[in-house]
Amino acid sequence: MFDEKVLQKIQAGKDNWDQGPLAKSLSKSPEAKPVFTTISGTPVQRLYTPLDIKELDYDIDLGYPGTFPFTRGVQPTMYRGRFWTMRQYAGFGDARSTNERYRYLLKQGQTGLSVAFQLPTQAGYDSDHPLSMGEVGKVGVAIDHIDDMKTLFDQIPLDKVTTSMTMNAPAGVLLAMYLAIAQEQGVSWDKVGGTVQNDVLKEIICRGQYIYPPKQTMRLTVDLIEFCQKNVPKWNSISISGYHIRESGSTAGQEMAFTIADGIAYTQACIERGMAVDSFAPRLSFFFNAFTNVLEEVAKFRAGRRYWAKVMKERFKAKDPRSMMLRYHVQTGGVTLTAQQPLNNIVRVALQSYATALGGAQSLHTNSYDEALCLPTQQAVTVALRTQQIVAEESGATDTIDPLAGCYYVENMTDRIEAEIDDYIKKIDAMGGTLAAIEQGYIQKEIQNSSYRFQKEIESGERIYVGINRYTMEEPPPTGLLKVDMSVGEIKAAELRNYRAQRDQAKWKAALDKLRQVSATNENVMPYVVEAVKAKATVGEICDVWRGVFGEYRPKEFI
Amino acid sequence: MSIDYAAQILAGSHRAAARLISWLEDEDERAYGLMAGLYPHTGSAYVVGITGSPGAGKSTLTDKLARVIRKNGLKVGIIAVDPSSPFTGGALLGDRVRMNELTQDPDIFIRSMATRGFLGGMAKSTAEVVKVLDALGKDVIIIETVGVGQDEVDIIGIADTTCVVLVPGLGDAIQSMKAGIMEIADVFAVNKADKQGADQLCGEICARLEIDSHIKERDWTAPVNRTIAVEDIGIEELWLSIESHRKYLFDSGRFYTNRRERTSRETLRMIHAELFRVIREQLEKNGRLDAAVEELMNKKRDPYTLMREIVNEWLSISRHKETS
Amino acid sequence: MARKIKMIMAKPGLDGHDRGAKLLARIFAEAGMEVVYTGLRQTPEMIVSAAEQEDADVVGLSSLSGVHNYFFPRVVELMKEKGLDDVLLVGGGGGIIPEEDYDSLKKSGMAAIFGPGTPTTEIVSFIENNVRKR
Repeated sequence: MFDEKVLQKIQAGKDNWDQGPLAKSLSKSPEAKPVFTTISGTPVQRLYTPLDIKELDYDIDLGYPGTFPFTRGVQPTMYRGRFWTMRQYAGFGDARSTNERYRYLLKQGQTGLSVAFQLPTQAGYDSDHPLSMGEVGKVGVAIDHIDDMKTLFDQIPLDKVTTSMTMNAPAGVLLAMYLAIAQEQGVSWDKVGGTVQNDVLKEIICRGQYIYPPKQTMRLTVDLIEFCQKNVPKWNSISISGYHIRESGSTAGQEMAFTIADGIAYTQACIERGMAVDSFAPRLSFFFNAFTNVLEEVAKFRAGRRYWAKVMKERFKAKDPRSMMLRYHVQTGGVTLTAQQPLNNIVRVALQSYATALGGAQSLHTNSYDEALCLPTQQAVTVALRTQQIVAEESGATDTIDPLAGCYYVENMTDRIEAEIDDYIKKIDAMGGTLAAIEQGYIQKEIQNSSYRFQKEIESGERIYVGINRYTMEEPPPTGLLKVDMSVGEIKAAELRNYRAQRDQAKWKAALDKLRQVSATNENVMPYVVEAVKAKATVGEICDVWRGVFGEYRPKEFI
Repeated sequence: MSIDYAAQILAGSHRAAARLISWLEDEDERAYGLMAGLYPHTGSAYVVGITGSPGAGKSTLTDKLARVIRKNGLKVGIIAVDPSSPFTGGALLGDRVRMNELTQDPDIFIRSMATRGFLGGMAKSTAEVVKVLDALGKDVIIIETVGVGQDEVDIIGIADTTCVVLVPGLGDAIQSMKAGIMEIADVFAVNKADKQGADQLCGEICARLEIDSHIKERDWTAPVNRTIAVEDIGIEELWLSIESHRKYLFDSGRFYTNRRERTSRETLRMIHAELFRVIREQLEKNGRLDAAVEELMNKKRDPYTLMREIVNEWLSISRHKETS
Repeated sequence: MARKIKMIMAKPGLDGHDRGAKLLARIFAEAGMEVVYTGLRQTPEMIVSAAEQEDADVVGLSSLSGVHNYFFPRVVELMKEKGLDDVLLVGGGGGIIPEEDYDSLKKSGMAAIFGPGTPTTEIVSFIENNVRKR
C-alpha cells in the first residue's frame, strides 16, 4: 500500500525512535510485562506502523463493502442502510411463559426472535423421557410437539419476524413444526425467514447435543439444506457455529478456522448431494463469539470474511457473490462473564457489542449480566438489549463502514489470523478433511490445549481477570435470580400422556412408518417430517425413528 | 469387622472385585492371600485381547463386541488400559465414555487401568485382574490394550484370542508389520471399513498372510473381518471369527498347550518378581547396594563378578537351609 | 507401588458444557491421580456403577444447566444404597450453583461444592486432604 521510498523513510524514522526516545524511556522504566499477548495468546508488538502491513494490497486484500473479498463487509451500505438484527436468545419453562417473554422483547424494539430450547428437546427426547428428569424447561423452552410450538408463536406473525432456532441434530423436526404453523397462519413458505442452527459437527466437537453418528447426522443436515433451497428460499438452512468452539476454550483464530473447516465440510456434502454451489451457498450463515479484546475480535471477523470468500470462489468455484459472503450472527462471550461482581459484565458486553459493530455482523445477541448465575431476569435482558441499542445509536460505530480498516494493528492482526486459518485448513485437509480431523480428535485437542493454557495463565496470575484474580472483593450472595419452576416437568409429562392418547392414532402411526421407511432410503426426509409433526408425532418419537434407522453416536473423548 | 472378599467375589460382588483389583494395582499385601483363595476358581473365562493403533476404534469395537457377547447370554468383563504419564504418574482414563451404556448391565464389569509405567500395552497387574474377573464369574474377558502402536505384543501372553484392529488410511498395515503386530493376530478387524482404502488394506493383510503361510506352515489363518464399529456393522461376524478361533484352539489341543505355557510363564514371572523384590529390599536396607554402586563407579569392582557374588550368596543360604 | 487416588469425573444430565470437567480431569491427572472421565449424559445410576467398578476414591460432578439439586442428591443416595459411603463426593458448576444451595447439597452428603473461580490447586488439595484410606 506504500511505495518503497515511503517505507524506507518510515523505517529510518522508526529506527531513530527505537534507539532514541524509546530506548531512553525503557532504560528509565521498563514496561509492565516482558510480553504482551491478546486473550488468545497472540503476541502484540509495542507499536504497529506501515512497515507491518507493507504487503497489503488495498484492492486485492480489502476492496469495497459488498464486493469480493468482502473484508470490509458484506453489504455496500452496512449499518447506514439498517442496523444489525437485534436478536436476543430466550426461552425457559413452558411455551406460554416464553411466548410472553418474546412479546415483551418485540415491544422493546427487538427485531428478531431466537429460540432457546430445553436440553431434552435439543437431544431429541420428550419431556417425560427418563433422561429428561430434572431438565424440563431449565435452560430453554420445553417443546414436545406442534401444539407447543403453536403456543410459542401465539400472536406473533411469522411473516413479520424472523426466527432463529438453536436446534441441531433434530433441526428438521423443529423447522417442520415452524413451517406447519406458518401454513396455519396463512403465511406461505417463501415469506418465512429465519435460521436454524443445524450444525451437527460442532455438537460433536464441543457442544454435546449430538444424537446420530456423523455420516447419518450429516445426511439430515443436508436434507434440510436441500429442502429449504427448494421450498423455503429465505430460510438460512444452517448457522455454522464458532460460538461454542470459542466458549469451550479456543482462541479467536481457532474459532474462525474450525468454523470455516466445518463450513467446508457442509459445502462439500451439499455438492456431493448434487446441488450446485450457488444454489445453496447464499443461505449458509455463520455464528460467532465476541470477546472483550475489541481489536482482536474485529480482526477475526475481517479475516474470516476474506478467507471464506476465497474458499468459496477458489475451492468451490462459486460464481454468485452472495455465495462468498460470510454472513453471521454474533453472541457476546458467555464464558467471559463472571459470577463475581456481576454488574461488571455489563461493561464486558458493551465492549463486545462494540467489537461486533466494528466487525460488521448481521445480527447480535447481547448476554445479560446475570447469566453466569442463572437464566437472565427480565431486567438484565432489558439492559442487554439497551446495550446494543446504545452501541447502534450512540457510539458512532455504525456511521461509517469498517471504521478500523487501515489501522496498522488491525490490518496486521487480520493478516495474521487469516494465515492461522489457512494453516489449520491445510492441516485438516491433509488429515482427510474435517470429519477425519474430528474423528482423530485433532480439533478437540487443539481447543482443549488452548483452554488449558488460558486456565494456567489465570491461575498463575499471568493474565488478569477482573473480579477473578484481581480487584476481588467480598460480596453478599446475589439476590433476585430467575428460578424456573421445577413443576414444569410434571405438568409436561401429564400433558404429553393426554396428547398422545387424544391424537388420531392411525394417522400418527402411518406418518411415522412412512418416515421410517424413507429414512432408510436416500430420499429427502423433510417432507415426511412435516407430515409427521402435523400428525402430532412428538420430537422424541421422530428422533426415535431415526435412532432405530441410524443408530446413536458414542462420542470419543479426547482430553 | 473383616469382610470376606474372596467369598463375595465368588458370589459375584462387583464391589469386592473392584477393591481387590485396586490392591493388585497397588501391590498391596492384602491382595495375595485373596488371590490364593480365588485361584482354584479361575481358568474358565475366555480371554480376548483387542489391540491396534490409536484411533483405530478399539473402545467402540469393544463396546459393540460386548453387546454381541451379552446377546449370546455370556457375562463380560472388560479391562481397558490407558497410559500413565511418565512425568506426573497420573492418568486420564477415557475408554468408559464409549461403553457408557454397558455400565447399567449387572453382568458386565468394566475396569479402567493405568499402565503405571509398565510397557507392553498393559498394566503390570492386568494378568491378575483377569483372574479376578474370571473368579467373579465373567465368561468372556476383553482386554483393550493401550494402543500406542508399538511393542504391544505382550497381549498374546494373556489372551486366548488376540484381535488386531486396523483402519484404512493410517498406513496401518505397513506400520503394524514393522511393529510385529501382524504376527500376533488370531483375528483381524479392519474397522471403519466404509473408508477409502479399506479394500486395499484387506488386500495387503491377505497378501501378507499368504506370504507368511509359505514361510511357516500354520494350521490357523487369521480371518480378516470388515467392521464399522460406530454403526454396529460386522460385529456379529467378528464374534463368530473369535468363536471359530476358540473352537480351533480346543479341537487342536492348542488351548491346553497355550494355557500350560501361560501358567509356566506366569509362575516364572512371579518367582522372578518376588526374588527380585526380596533381594532388592535387602540390598537397599543393609546399605550394600549403595556401597557396591560406589565401588562400581570408582571402577574398584565390576558388576559381572558382583552380580554372581550376590546371587551365589542367596543360593548358598537356601542350600544351607535345605540341608540343615 | 504407591497408592494412587482414583477419581471419577462425571457430567450428569444432558448438559454439554464440559470445558470445566475436561480441564479439571487433566489437572487432577497432572496432580498424579488416575481420572476416569465418563463423558456426557450420565444418569446417577451410571455414575454410581462406574464408581463401584472402578473402586473410585472420589467422584466429581459437574453441572451447568441448573439441575444440580436434582442430580447431586440422587448420586449421594445411590452411593449410600450401594454401601459406597466412604467415597468423597465433590461438585461444581460455576455460578450456576447458587451459594444458597451449597448448604442443602452438603447436608445431602456432598463433601464440597466448588464455586466459580476456585483455584484448581485448592480443589486438588481438598481432595488430597479428605480422601479415604483404602
